[in-house]
Amino acid sequence: MIWRALLGRLGISVVTLFVVSVLIFIGTNLLPGDVAQILLGQMATPDSLAALQAKLGMDQPGYVRYFMWLRDVATGDMGFSKAGLGAGNATPIVQIIEPRIFNTLQLTGMVAVIAIPFALFIGLLAAMRPGTRLDRTVTFSTLSLISVPDFLVATFLVLIFAVHLGWLPSIAYLKGGETGLNLIRALAMPALTLIIVVSAQIIRMTRATVLNVMSSPYIEMAILKGVPRKRIILRHALLNAIGPIVNVIALNLAWLVGGVVIVEQIFAYPGLAKLMIDAVLVRDLPLVQACAMIFCASYIVLIFIADMASILSNPRLRHPK
Amino acid sequence: MTETQQSMNTSSQFDELPDAPPKRKIKLSWSGKLGIAVLVFWAIIVVIGPSISPYHEAEFLDESLFIVPGSDEKYPDTDFRPPSRIVLLGSDYMGRDTLSRILFGARTTIGISFIATLLAYLIGVTLGIAAAVGSRFLDMVLSRLNDALLSIPSIMLGLVMIAALGSTIPLLILLTGIIYAASVFRIARSLGQEVMVSDFVEAARVRGEGLWWIITREILPNIAMPLATDFGLRFVWVILFISALSFLGLGVQPPMSDWGSMVKENLPGLIYGAVAPIMPALAIATLTISVNMIVDDISAHSGGKLAKRMIA
Repeated sequence: MIWRALLGRLGISVVTLFVVSVLIFIGTNLLPGDVAQILLGQMATPDSLAALQAKLGMDQPGYVRYFMWLRDVATGDMGFSKAGLGAGNATPIVQIIEPRIFNTLQLTGMVAVIAIPFALFIGLLAAMRPGTRLDRTVTFSTLSLISVPDFLVATFLVLIFAVHLGWLPSIAYLKGGETGLNLIRALAMPALTLIIVVSAQIIRMTRATVLNVMSSPYIEMAILKGVPRKRIILRHALLNAIGPIVNVIALNLAWLVGGVVIVEQIFAYPGLAKLMIDAVLVRDLPLVQACAMIFCASYIVLIFIADMASILSNPRLRHPK
Repeated sequence: MTETQQSMNTSSQFDELPDAPPKRKIKLSWSGKLGIAVLVFWAIIVVIGPSISPYHEAEFLDESLFIVPGSDEKYPDTDFRPPSRIVLLGSDYMGRDTLSRILFGARTTIGISFIATLLAYLIGVTLGIAAAVGSRFLDMVLSRLNDALLSIPSIMLGLVMIAALGSTIPLLILLTGIIYAASVFRIARSLGQEVMVSDFVEAARVRGEGLWWIITREILPNIAMPLATDFGLRFVWVILFISALSFLGLGVQPPMSDWGSMVKENLPGLIYGAVAPIMPALAIATLTISVNMIVDDISAHSGGKLAKRMIA
């Protein structure tokens, strides 16, 4: 039964990934916006335009191009960035993307390692004492944080740490090969921004999840039995909240996918998201496709993990009638 | 209960009877009231903003305004001026008045976001109710499509579409409307399904009422309140989404002033301690925080059921 639920969920993820790939392909290929035209400019003769279109494979029907593209992506061949093609120095997308993925993983990894334990701790603390001053402070400040734009948080951090205190650089430029303290200094500002934004989400959801468990009948029963508070939280509430909390964490890591776009742009951090935005600005569609596929795939994987966590933590699914 | 009484009456009397049960009075706490006050303030600015603004949004301030009496500097810089009597919130990177640009930009930012949210609701609620009352097949097709749309991060979808189509205001509204229609669809469908299986809908069916009657008289009035609260949350997300796109340089294009792009274009001034990038960001924050405070307050008073439904 549980295997069926998990397999079913896996199937949905695969189908979704497929549909998403079609959507991305349609979005970047079949709609107007001709790269050949952009590359050659307004003065291009029809002949040279047709030649370049043929070179880019743009004269094939849409569905053929879709399967060609899907085959290439599946074999790890992302194609060539269109930016250099006209000039004859095309760069394989894989080469462009590889260091960027590493940078983005470095940033998000750092954020996850710091934000998750911190946010869980604060969330649990607030949930254990609902209605107290601590709880109200946490609730209000996290509500404010999730409702302001990410770039406001980033702007304030720059103002405080880079302009007034002068501790950290206001952009996070990586030359490559930074280690130790230099790397941490470069990552500090974008990481801090993301940590604040993501923590606010996790704190709110952890608090809500634990409070939800705490209001269930068996906790009430335990309280009435006279079980000590500490034991109730550790043995009754926390064990039952673990599944939902894993769910919360995975969901928030998925949201990082969106948050990283803004933050990499503000701090000029050379990650995958910055690459994608630059590609959008010059309409380098194969590069946009590749980046979008990577982001969407990781998003879908994380959502899948989140759903698995809630399936696995649901006793009714683990032990069917 | 009103619904069962209704069904005993003859149909000519329906028009005088309330369609929905009497509304429970919602008492707002101080934070909800503060939120409403801020919201009303911005609503007024949207209407009268351009007429009370000291300068035009595109007007470059004259150097003569900044000449300090007694000093011999004839051509002072007009860009990134700190707040003063002449420019209440300072000037921006091109020497334009920040306050005026915020007042003009309110119309763009709030206007576009509001229309986009309305569009999202129009699409989402229509399809959501169609899925709730329609055949199983229709429901399945719409739900699967919706799942696919929801499994793309909205900013990614926005980036891909803008890469393909470019950025104009109607396109921005359409794009945002479609992206956010997906989550509205989910809520409208689940709320609609709940109402569809209730006793009073069954009674209406037995009575021989048509589908249209059931949708307009039973379903819509019963899902209106939760949807209205959700509208607030969705509106906030749309504002943040459009501001983020503008911030990336992919949303509202210059010379129109819009809060998100104002932050972006003035960002270089940050290292000199200019307030120009902070002010529009704060304007967005006051608006979104106030809407969230209202929604939080309302859902706290309706037993948190609403909030839970909206997270799901």
